[in-house]
Amino acid sequence: MVAEATGHMMKIFRIVLPPALTLVVVVAAWQLLIFVFSIPPYILPGPLVVAAAISKHLDSLLHAAALTAQAAIAGFVLSLLVGFTTAVMFSQSEWIERSLYPYAIFLQTVPIVAVAPLIVLWIGHGLTGVIAVSFIISLFPIVANTTAGLTSVAPPLRDLFALHDASRWQLLWKLQVPHAVPAMLTGARISCGLSVIGAIVGEFFTGYGTQDFGLGYWITQTNVHVKTPYLFACVLFSTGLGLLFFGVVSVLNRLVLRRWAAAH
Amino acid sequence: MEPKAATTIVARDVDMTFDGGVEALAHVNVAIDAGSFVSIVGPSGCGKSTFLRLVSGLIQASSGSIEVDGAEPSEARRLRRHLSYVLQDATLLDWRPVATNVALPLELRGTAQSEVDQRVEACLQLVGLQDMAHLYPHQLSGGMRMRVSIARALVTEPGLLLMDEPFGALDEISRQRLNHDLLALWCQRQWTCIFVTHSVQEAVFLSQQVMVMTPRPGQIRAVHDVDFPYPRSRSLRTDPAFGRLVARVSEDLVSEDLQS
Repeated sequence: MVAEATGHMMKIFRIVLPPALTLVVVVAAWQLLIFVFSIPPYILPGPLVVAAAISKHLDSLLHAAALTAQAAIAGFVLSLLVGFTTAVMFSQSEWIERSLYPYAIFLQTVPIVAVAPLIVLWIGHGLTGVIAVSFIISLFPIVANTTAGLTSVAPPLRDLFALHDASRWQLLWKLQVPHAVPAMLTGARISCGLSVIGAIVGEFFTGYGTQDFGLGYWITQTNVHVKTPYLFACVLFSTGLGLLFFGVVSVLNRLVLRRWAAAH
Repeated sequence: MEPKAATTIVARDVDMTFDGGVEALAHVNVAIDAGSFVSIVGPSGCGKSTFLRLVSGLIQASSGSIEVDGAEPSEARRLRRHLSYVLQDATLLDWRPVATNVALPLELRGTAQSEVDQRVEACLQLVGLQDMAHLYPHQLSGGMRMRVSIARALVTEPGLLLMDEPFGALDEISRQRLNHDLLALWCQRQWTCIFVTHSVQEAVFLSQQVMVMTPRPGQIRAVHDVDFPYPRSRSLRTDPAFGRLVARVSEDLVSEDLQS
């Protein structure tokens, strides 16, 4: 038992140690760089200055991160629901897929930064607009991956269902959807990171009024006012939020995919 | 479990040409009696699988007729629900454990859960997997996966079992063991079985009749009756008469190959 626990600790150690060391080295080099070349903090603040900014603005940073997270989660969940429904429609009719798929790609390729002001114009300021931007940017990977999963069932398995005269509904729910789960999760992993980016971009253009401010708002504000250490803090929090999302979805992914072990 | 009455199959002058002009079968005439075990051997691509697909009603013949219990195949399939099909690939659903994989055909036709459980358990017992019900396909060996596939085929108590190189991907030991177990099951249930294989040995060991097909377009060139009584034991494989018959069938098979 003890040996096993030690082995487990060693394994965690081996996984955590190399990236932790890299972090230490990079932060030290960063601080050294600032010190040696005496770079002013409004160009590149050192890690200590950034840390100070974080502790000074911690409350508003946490509040902003929570707001951004809220919008991102809403956008992500919405993209899952709409994306799944769209993909099911595509899988049921080649005709629908051919008519609509090019426009789904259009959604993906249109620069979101260019469209975001329009969305604000149409939907208005506030949470709804931010969610809309987050939703639009997260949608395509879900649609594309789920559609691929639903339509890539091996012919012998389709034959099996045909031989038992399965209905379209049975084919969808007992074969196509479960078969598509790994692909769906791949799409979700891509989209969860995008949903955070979408929420932040949305906040560039809209806010939550005069009381609440998201990370995107602070990023533009600190940039305009050359509060570079605070800007760095915002960037760190945004990245952290993205990582958190990705981590949660990845863990869910692994839990669900245990059953699908043969598929990967 | 009372098996359904076994199925009779009659094929008259069947041609099968696929879109794109590939002629898979030409002038195939076959009569298979209810409850018989018939094997089809032939070179790769000779249309053996195509013939099974025609009998199952998954595809339709270009000309000629196939009757399954006197009806058109897909009609017979829908009306009688008598047919099971086993492929070389076990075609299991990766996300379901063994028990619900075996239950699938009953689930699709809406059988009551209590009956499903009972039948699944009985079928797993038949193929010797009663202790594996909760395992997922990726946790099983190739031979065990094939057993699951056979259990799933038997769960509907078929009158007709189509087997398309079911043991082709297995090692020799698993293959022989499954041959024995399959025969034991068939002796009990006497469903009609059409068994496609590359192995002449396997065909002769299992069947009452071995049909040899020519290269594409497939035609039935020879039919060999196999008169060894059932139940057949392992010692049959070393019987000189068995060896002679295997040699004769192989002769037919190879001579066809050389002509092409």
